[in-house]
Amino acid sequence: MFKDMTLGQYYPIDSPIHRLDARSKFVGTVIYIVSVFMVNNYIGYLIAIAALLTFIAISRVPIKFMVKGMKSIVVLMIFAGLFNLFLVQGEVVWSWWILSITKEGIDTAIKMVLRLALLIMGSSIMTLTTTPTSLTDGLESLFKPLNVIKIPVHEIAMMMTIALRFIPILTEEMDKIMKAQMARGVDFEAKGLIKKAKSMIPLLVPLFISAFRRANDLAMAMEARCYRGGKGRTKMKPLKYHWNDAVAFLIMCGYLALCIIFGRGVLE
Amino acid sequence: MSLILDHVSYSYDVGTSYKQEALKDINIVIPDGQFVGLIGHTGSGKSTLIQLLNGLLKPTSGNIYYNGQDINDSDYDRKTLRSKVGLVFQYPEHQLFEENVFKDVCFGPKNLGLDEKEVNLRAYDALEKVKLSHDYFYQSPFDLSGGQKRRVAIAGILAMKPEVFILDEPTAGLDPKGSEEILTLIKNLQKDTGMTVILVSHNMEDVASYVDRILVMNKGELKMDGSPKDVFKKTEELSNMGLRAPEVTYIVRELRKKGFPVDDSAITVSEAKETILNALYHKILNE
Repeated sequence: MFKDMTLGQYYPIDSPIHRLDARSKFVGTVIYIVSVFMVNNYIGYLIAIAALLTFIAISRVPIKFMVKGMKSIVVLMIFAGLFNLFLVQGEVVWSWWILSITKEGIDTAIKMVLRLALLIMGSSIMTLTTTPTSLTDGLESLFKPLNVIKIPVHEIAMMMTIALRFIPILTEEMDKIMKAQMARGVDFEAKGLIKKAKSMIPLLVPLFISAFRRANDLAMAMEARCYRGGKGRTKMKPLKYHWNDAVAFLIMCGYLALCIIFGRGVLE
Repeated sequence: MSLILDHVSYSYDVGTSYKQEALKDINIVIPDGQFVGLIGHTGSGKSTLIQLLNGLLKPTSGNIYYNGQDINDSDYDRKTLRSKVGLVFQYPEHQLFEENVFKDVCFGPKNLGLDEKEVNLRAYDALEKVKLSHDYFYQSPFDLSGGQKRRVAIAGILAMKPEVFILDEPTAGLDPKGSEEILTLIKNLQKDTGMTVILVSHNMEDVASYVDRILVMNKGELKMDGSPKDVFKKTEELSNMGLRAPEVTYIVRELRKKGFPVDDSAITVSEAKETILNALYHKILNE
């Protein structure tokens, strides 16, 4: 049931992208997202798709994994596509009853769906090639300047690390609780919204109790090892910026330039 | 009327690179009313095996028959199966959720669609059977001690009136007194109701003194199947699988080696005591 979740799952192999510093991957992803929002003609989208496919190939993560991660937003994509298809005003090409499809509608719908798909796949390259810990490390170091305005960057990063670390643990726990309750005759495949919601109670109560218990234990274990926040804390694996990160950054800048030069323009 | 496993294999994550064979070609026949002990090292496939028995997992290949019917047939009623083959998981925390103990025990029978009166009767009966004091009936299950939680969890399954009762490490984390109480209770239940009991355990002492038959699993294979005395004779094979016979068997064997005429097939403390006292008695008589 929860095994289809790819978003935020690390795919453990070795590739040039896996070896990059988490910070460069984060900045790279931001550049990619900006580029996807910036381009507005089909040449731009072609460039973005080509770039995405290249990145996936370099990352050596099977494309199957990326597509699997899309399952969760398929509904959103369909909605966005349909709404744009039918609601955008313009030159009518087909109409029936109160529904009408316009040329502009088709255009925006295609672009919208493409944009969503590219965003999700683009950002999942980062999460698939970076361990959650190095990702939060990277974020912590990128957002360190915010300390000046009294934002507890380290604490937020630590919370994120713990939250991410606990996803698989709680998933496994959920699986066990589900089985224990199924052994007591709960039917999780029951039809109907109320029935379904009701069958969640025997699942969620033990899960919450165990989550609180684990949180308590973890807090105790951290205190026993003298954890006292980020001040003066060193890292076991400090982040290092290498020449390959610089190359990656330059490539991303080049890509962004391409998008700006060719990807922007009025509808042809 | 029995539980039959016919060439059962099970693999996790079939079709991915993480594929793992958890069970390989398991063949077991468990007749009604038997008290079976299932032992094996961590990761030997014990937990997978018991989950196959009540249909929580489906075998990758092979068939499981309960009372002559294939439990994985598409028209087999899996809900009834789960009430007939009751499974108590290791951690009671995974199943307790209601506001009080009595309601929690009612949960199982209620899911079977019984009327309220019957549900309450069964819950009361089950709680009586596990000998939980009435003072706890209307307390939150989360305020109970480990041993009491275990009892409530067992009662929760008992209230469904299973014919085959499977317990995964029911004594884990309990003190010796608590674990003996639980096991005696299970043994008595088995004697009184005539149900089949499958006990998964790490503790050889427990297994030796309560079960009729032992199944030994190692790396997904069924390695031994026999009476406790037969299985615990093969200490070398057991130790190759990271298991040990009960401590007391090593003692009687050493005594025998030293020329003391004890019966070295003793596997429980009381048996050992008897044969040692017997030997001493004869020795004194002869002198």
